[in-house]
Amino acid sequence: MSGAVRHKPASFRAVAGAVAWRSIHNFLGNPAFLVPAIVFPLFFFTAFAGGLSAVGNVPGFDFPSGYTAFQFVFVLLQSAAFGGVFTGFGIARDFEIGFANRYLLAASDRRGIIAGYASAALVRAFITWAVLTTVALIAGMNVGGNGVEIVGLYVLAVLVNLTATLWAAGVAMRVRSIQGGPLMQFPVFLILFLAPVYVPLSLLSGWIHAVASVNPVTALLEAGRGFISGDPVVVALAFALAVTLPVLFSLWARGGLRKAETAG
Amino acid sequence: MSSGLKTQVGQLARRSALRTLRQPAQIVPALVFPLFLLAVNSGGLKEATNLPGFPTDSYLTFALAVPFMQGALFSVMNTGTDLARDIETGFLNRLALTPLRGAALLSGLLTGALLLGVVQAITYLIVGLVAGAELVTGVGGALVIVLLSVAITTATGTLGLFVALRAGSGEAVQSMFPVFFVFLFISSMALPLDLIQTDWFHAIASANPVSYLLQAFRSLLIEGWNLGDLVLGFGIALAVFIVGMTLASRSLKTRLVRT
Repeated sequence: MSGAVRHKPASFRAVAGAVAWRSIHNFLGNPAFLVPAIVFPLFFFTAFAGGLSAVGNVPGFDFPSGYTAFQFVFVLLQSAAFGGVFTGFGIARDFEIGFANRYLLAASDRRGIIAGYASAALVRAFITWAVLTTVALIAGMNVGGNGVEIVGLYVLAVLVNLTATLWAAGVAMRVRSIQGGPLMQFPVFLILFLAPVYVPLSLLSGWIHAVASVNPVTALLEAGRGFISGDPVVVALAFALAVTLPVLFSLWARGGLRKAETAG
Repeated sequence: MSSGLKTQVGQLARRSALRTLRQPAQIVPALVFPLFLLAVNSGGLKEATNLPGFPTDSYLTFALAVPFMQGALFSVMNTGTDLARDIETGFLNRLALTPLRGAALLSGLLTGALLLGVVQAITYLIVGLVAGAELVTGVGGALVIVLLSVAITTATGTLGLFVALRAGSGEAVQSMFPVFFVFLFISSMALPLDLIQTDWFHAIASANPVSYLLQAFRSLLIEGWNLGDLVLGFGIALAVFIVGMTLASRSLKTRLVRT
């Protein structure tokens, strides 16, 4: 009888589960991660919906559910995107401290590492959304959409979260340092704020209208705002984008993983 | 000021200025980020000028006050992070072994913030005016805007020094960013005070000194020479400076005792 214990290589699901569990545990156990993830979206929601509510009176602004609901959709999608970016920070940190290298050594199917981080990003997004939605409803947000439409809104948010996580993971695995943080964050910030954030696309003019018209986030925002007001618009385009983007960025993240593998 | 103190302040000021100039990572975001938000907000909120009672028909002019405050926010972070690095690397401990006075250390460290304040103010103003913003007070107003911006940037820099001395780590200084950011967002940043409709937001924004600092800039850009707004703006900057320096001096004593 041999004294050596043979370990079965970890499957994709086991790897993803282990990586996700550790990331979620770190997130929930450290107030420095948990508090900003919840407070920042609330803060943006407060500043936009509270401070800019008069913008709802601008001639031509005719969003049926009011300015609070109009801004809620933006903040929901923004928190989805930044939840993914912050997960990228965690990946970069894991590379800096050498923990990610241990993942690479231990995992037989390394795609499970990306899946694990993505699952953790989703869990942290769900926590943020639960708080954000509760606060918005307490603040008197009008919801005109039915159950299916509201589910549609959150499915869009899930797909945005997945896209952002895969983008940030691709960067983090290439740079393998928290110094890559601005590279993960700035493009996401840029694309979000070059969409119709404060008023509908029809009320924008000049260069920002031109940019917002071709920005994919515009379709996601318009579809989300349509869902919450019970008047769905550009649904097919929004979901086509929301499904295509994670597929494309999964290739980007997979490429990053290969770079990390090569770098050892 | 005695010649010894002058020499000490001069040496540390030189080091602080060079340190700021040699770190593009401190200067570039402090210039680019506020200008990006200015571009986005002035495009996205252009329609707000159609609200009855909006003080100007150019949202760009109205929003041009905001980058100066965002620049001040970067001053908090940059000044605090630099000092925190000195603490973390043990440089402050070495300084503590010299006859250096606390006042010299704090004043010298603010030189970087002051320098950055000048660069920021001139850049924001030039970019804003080139993009089409109005400045009704002309060249004199431009000079006062730069002066006010430098005063605010230096004053808020003292808060960065205080946080760094209290916490002793760059990470802690960075984590204060959201706290200072709240002051900016819950103010009259996006709309004039009298057009903020949500009662609780209006109440907080009215009590927030940042609203009056913004108003001091806006008075020069939009209204003309309004002595009351300017006195209030410079007065708040002075008050922040006195409070920040007092807190930082006390924290410095505590930290040097620990050393």
